[in-house]
Amino acid sequence: MTVTSLNSESRRTQRRGVTVAPWRRGLLDSPGNIAITLGYVLVVAWLGIPFLRWVVFDATFSSDAAGCASGGGACWAFIGEKWRFILFGTYPVERHWRPASACILLIGLLIAACIPRFWGRGLGYAGAAGLIVAAMLLCGVPGPIVATDQWGGLPVTLFLSVGAFAGAFPLAICLALWRRSDQGGVRWLATAFIEVVRGVPLISLLYVATLLFPLMLPAGASLDKFVRAGAALTLFVAAYLAEIIRAGLQAVPRGQYEAALSLGLSQRQATLLVVLPQALRAVIPPMVNLATGMFQETTLVVIIGMFDLLNTARAAANDPNWIGYYNEAFAFVALIYFVFCFSLSRYSLWLERRFGQAKR
Amino acid sequence: MADIGQLPTAARPNPTGFGFRHVMAAWWGERPLAQLGVFLCVGIVLGYLGSNLSGNMERVGISPGFAFFWYAANFEIGESPINYAAGDSYGRAILVGLLNTVKVAAVGCVLATILGVALGVARLSHNRLLSGLIRGYIELVRNTPLLLQLFFWNITVHMLPGPRQAFEPMPGVLLSNRGVFAPALQSSAEWIALIILALLLLIGWVARLRRLGGARLSAGVLAVALLSAVVLPLAVARAFGVSIAVDWPRLEGFNIAGGLSLSPEFAALVIGLVVNSAAGVAETVRAGILSVPTGQWEAGQACGLSRWHVLRLIVVPQALRVIVPVMTSNYLSLTKNSSLAVAIGFPDLVSVLNTTANTTGQALETIAIMMLVYLSLSLGVSVAMNGYNRRLAMREAGRS
Repeated sequence: MTVTSLNSESRRTQRRGVTVAPWRRGLLDSPGNIAITLGYVLVVAWLGIPFLRWVVFDATFSSDAAGCASGGGACWAFIGEKWRFILFGTYPVERHWRPASACILLIGLLIAACIPRFWGRGLGYAGAAGLIVAAMLLCGVPGPIVATDQWGGLPVTLFLSVGAFAGAFPLAICLALWRRSDQGGVRWLATAFIEVVRGVPLISLLYVATLLFPLMLPAGASLDKFVRAGAALTLFVAAYLAEIIRAGLQAVPRGQYEAALSLGLSQRQATLLVVLPQALRAVIPPMVNLATGMFQETTLVVIIGMFDLLNTARAAANDPNWIGYYNEAFAFVALIYFVFCFSLSRYSLWLERRFGQAKR
Repeated sequence: MADIGQLPTAARPNPTGFGFRHVMAAWWGERPLAQLGVFLCVGIVLGYLGSNLSGNMERVGISPGFAFFWYAANFEIGESPINYAAGDSYGRAILVGLLNTVKVAAVGCVLATILGVALGVARLSHNRLLSGLIRGYIELVRNTPLLLQLFFWNITVHMLPGPRQAFEPMPGVLLSNRGVFAPALQSSAEWIALIILALLLLIGWVARLRRLGGARLSAGVLAVALLSAVVLPLAVARAFGVSIAVDWPRLEGFNIAGGLSLSPEFAALVIGLVVNSAAGVAETVRAGILSVPTGQWEAGQACGLSRWHVLRLIVVPQALRVIVPVMTSNYLSLTKNSSLAVAIGFPDLVSVLNTTANTTGQALETIAIMMLVYLSLSLGVSVAMNGYNRRLAMREAGRS
C-alpha cells in the first residue's frame, strides 16, 4: 500500500511500518482505537437496539387508539390520524388547500432566495409580494375571513420566520449603517437598540408584545396578536442581522468608498451602490446561519399561547382519544424542523466553499 | 462630495478643539438638526405610547411603581434556594426566581463546558466511528429547536418510574419521576464552609505559584495538597467531635426522603440546556484546536513530546485565545435560553415575573425587571470573560 496523503493517520501507519487494510484505518489500527470502536459498538447496541425496536419493530403503523395502547412501540397510527391537525392546526378542514398553498408558496420563496442568480432587488419585491399573497391565502381572501387565532401549524411557523426575516432586512441595513455612522446621535440610538435587544431573551420581547403593548394603544384600539408577535420577532432578528451586516461593512476596504467618492458619487450613492452590495454578499453564509437559528426561535411563540408547528404537535397529543403520544408527535415535528435546518446549514457550507473558491 | 455643501458651517466639527463643546460637536457629527429630528420622532412615539399606558393603567386602577414589591404574593413556588411560602412579599418571590435562574445558569455553564470540551476533543479523534457519532449528535441538537428538546426531556423525566421502582444507575443516585436524588454531605454549615475555604485557598496558592512562573507542580504534589485540603478539616472536625455524615436518599412511604434532591423540572431544564449548549461548545473547541497551525503539532512531536503533551502544552494554550471570546457568547446564550424554563414549569425569574404580572397587572415593571436583570447578567458575564481574555492576550504579548 502506498501512502501518498500526509494526514496524520497515514503518518502513524507509516511510522510503525505496518500496513493496515484501508477499512481498518481509523477504526482498528491502534489499541486505543480498538477500545474506542468496541465501546462504540456497545453503546450503539445498548441505545440503538431499543430505539430501533420502538421506531420500527414494535411500532403500530395502522390501527386505532385501542390497537396502539396494546402495542409496545411507537404509535405511528397516531401521526396518520393527526398529521393534518399538526400541520394546519384548527384551520377549517374544508379549506386546507389555503394553508397548504401558502406553505408551498413560502417554501418556494425560500428556495428562490437560496439561488445566487436571483440575488438582487427583484428578490425583495418578489418576497414582499409572496408574503402578501401568503397572508391573503391564510386570511381566507377572497371568501369568509379566517381569524388568525384559527391559524396553526407549519404555515404559522413558516410565515413568522420568513416574514420576520424579510421585514428585518431593511431595518437591519439601516441599523448597521447608523451604527457605523459619523453622526453621534443616530449612532448612539442604533447601538443602544442593538445592544439592548441582543442582551435580553426573546421571550421578554414577546411578553412586551403580548402583555405590555396592548396597554400602550389608545383605549378601545387593538392590534392582532399575530401581528404583535411578528413585530417582536422582526425587531429581534433585526438586531442580530444588523451586527452581521456591520461585520460585512467593516470587511469592505475603505479604498472602495474613497474610489467611489473620487468618481463623483455622493456619500449616499457610494454607500448604497458600492459598499453595501459587497458587504451583503460577504456575509450571506452567516445570514443563512442566523436564519436557521431564527427558524427555531419562532417556537418561543408557544409560550405566549400561539399555535405554531410545535404547539399543534403538543395539542395533538393532548386529545383525550389519543392522549400521551408526545414522543411520536415531537419526533414528527422534529423531523420537519431538522429537514429545514439541516438543508439550510448544508446550503450555508456550500456557499462558504463557493465563496472561498471565488476568492482564490 | 455633494453633502458637504448642505452643512451649516457653524455645525461643522472643529477637529483641533479640546473644549467640552468641541468634543461634543465632534462626537455628534454632521447634520445635527436632522439627528435631533430623529430623536424628537422617537421621543414623540415613546411619549405617546407611554401616555396611553399610564392612562390605561389608571383606568383599570393600577398604580405604577414598585410598591407591589411589599404586597403579599399568594402563590406557591415549587422550589426555592431560600425560604419562601405563599404570603411572603412579591419582592421575595422575584428574588427566589432570580436565584433559581442563577442556579440553572451556573450549573448549566459548568456542565456544558465539561461535556462540550470532551465532545469537541473526541470529535477530533482519528476514530471515524467516534467522530461520526459526535457529528451526528451535534447536527441533531443544532437543527432542532431548543424548546422541542426541553419538552422532550421534560416528558422523559416525568415518564421515569415512580419512587418505589426508581432507577439506581450508581449506588445512592436515584432517578424517579419525583426528581433526581443523590447523597449529600450532612454537617453543620460552618464545616462545609471551612472545606470550601480550604479548597479555595489551595486553588489560590496554585494560581499564585503559576503566576510567579515558578516550577511546574508535579501531579503528585497537587494530589497530596488536594487530599489534605479535604482531609484536614474532616480530621479537625472529628477531633472536635462534630459529626460529618453522608445523607443517603432512601424510600420513605411513597416518596424518597433525604439526600440532595433535584426536582424533575430542574433536571429536565439542566439536561436540555447542557445537551443543547454542549454542541455549541464542542464546535467552538474544535474550531479553536483546528485554528492552531499543523506546524505546531509537528514541531511538538519532533521535540519528542507525546500527542497528549503537545495538545496540553502547545496547542490548547494557543487555541484558548480563539476559544474564550466565543465561549462568552455560548455562556450568554445559555443564560438567556434558561428563560425557556417558563415553558416546562420551572420557577425561574421569567416564570415568577410572569405570574406576578398576571396577578398584580404591573406588566411594565415586571418586564422592565426582566430585561434589566438579563442585561446586567449579560454585561457581568462579558466583563468577566473579557478580563480573562485580556489576561490571555497579555500573556501572549509578554512571551513573544
